Amino acid sequence: MDFKAVRENFFKGFVKENPLFVTVLGTCPALAITTKVENAVGMGIALFFVLILSNLLVSLVTFRPKLRALVMPVRIPVYIVLIATLVVITEMLMEAFLQPLYVTLGVFIPLIVVNCIIFGRAEAYASDHKPLESMVDGAGMALGYTMAIILISLFREILGAGTITIWAQGNANVVLDLHFIYDFLGIAPIDMFAKPVGAFVTYGLILAVIAAVSNAKAEKAKIAAAGVKK
Amino acid sequence: MTNLLTIAFTAFFIENVLLYQFLGICSFIGVGKKRSSSLGMGLAVVVTIILAGMATWAIYRYVMEPLEIGYMKTIVFILVIAALVQMMETIIKKFSPALYKALGIYLPLITTNCAVLGVAITNITRDYSFAEMLVYSAAIPLGYLFVMYIYAIIREKLELNPVPKAFRGVPIAMILAALLAIIFSRFGGLI
Repeated sequence: MDFKAVRENFFKGFVKENPLFVTVLGTCPALAITTKVENAVGMGIALFFVLILSNLLVSLVTFRPKLRALVMPVRIPVYIVLIATLVVITEMLMEAFLQPLYVTLGVFIPLIVVNCIIFGRAEAYASDHKPLESMVDGAGMALGYTMAIILISLFREILGAGTITIWAQGNANVVLDLHFIYDFLGIAPIDMFAKPVGAFVTYGLILAVIAAVSNAKAEKAKIAAAGVKK
Repeated sequence: MTNLLTIAFTAFFIENVLLYQFLGICSFIGVGKKRSSSLGMGLAVVVTIILAGMATWAIYRYVMEPLEIGYMKTIVFILVIAALVQMMETIIKKFSPALYKALGIYLPLITTNCAVLGVAITNITRDYSFAEMLVYSAAIPLGYLFVMYIYAIIREKLELNPVPKAFRGVPIAMILAALLAIIFSRFGGLI
């Protein structure tokens, strides 16, 4: 396994196979908790932890041929138990060390169990790749997803509340206040973006922009290919 | 009684599972394209959530609480739901092949529908009594069915209209959901 392959494996989750923007997986938390950047960061941390370890465990139980023959016929229940265990551990750790964030994210922490990204990666990647490769894949996917939800929450928080709350747990209090821009313009933040409506609109518009860019790219490639032919 | 009515109304309109709580969005976007499939999925979800709500509530109250293993609820609930869905599939297949044909393909998808696990967990965190749990677990999936059906009707009409190229598929579906969410957010003023 050379360096280039590892790098490609890691970065494919960022753009080419971004779970949220390209394959449209894990939409529920991406819409529900993105009212603040901080929530997106917290969700990202939880997902990062679960996805790396679930990919590792899944690839460990399907790696050796003998074990694989045993696991494969009942793989769905096996995966569910593995993932649920990891989620319970995450839940407990977050309740102990990040209590306010745990309360804000609420039901979406236990719901990581049924997040399609985790199941999708276990089924599509980890079940027929080596443990280390699977961990790299998990890390890339989780970071790509975190980046995507941070992007959505940036739009929603700036437009909806006029702040950027990067991290405000315990003693840390990293909050950028952008109200001066609104004061300068003489308007108030658009409340709608903090509400459920804002989530749908923001996500829909981002997806449309991505589609427009990739359409334009495809068009260009087509024209270039036609030009070569002539 | 008023308490139960409030729970039912809130769960159906104000805290609508799709447009306010954002549970089960995957199926909303995927299955909500056609009226027939949205009806099938919706009915399957109604039955599953009511049964799963009762099963998980009873297990939590009478087994997990006395044993003080409440922290295990995520693992236990997902296993109960998976087993329940499997059981339902077998039973329906045996007794009503026609119903199985209509609901069959949606049943396996339900295990990973976050609405089911979400309702089971909310029943516990809100500390509902049996009657409250039953009303809540019925009102939530009925709200799901209602919104999904309206959504499917609009999307069927949308197919015939010239949507800008970049918006085709998921983006316009999201914008449509946003419009529905605006309507539903206004129900909050009624209580």
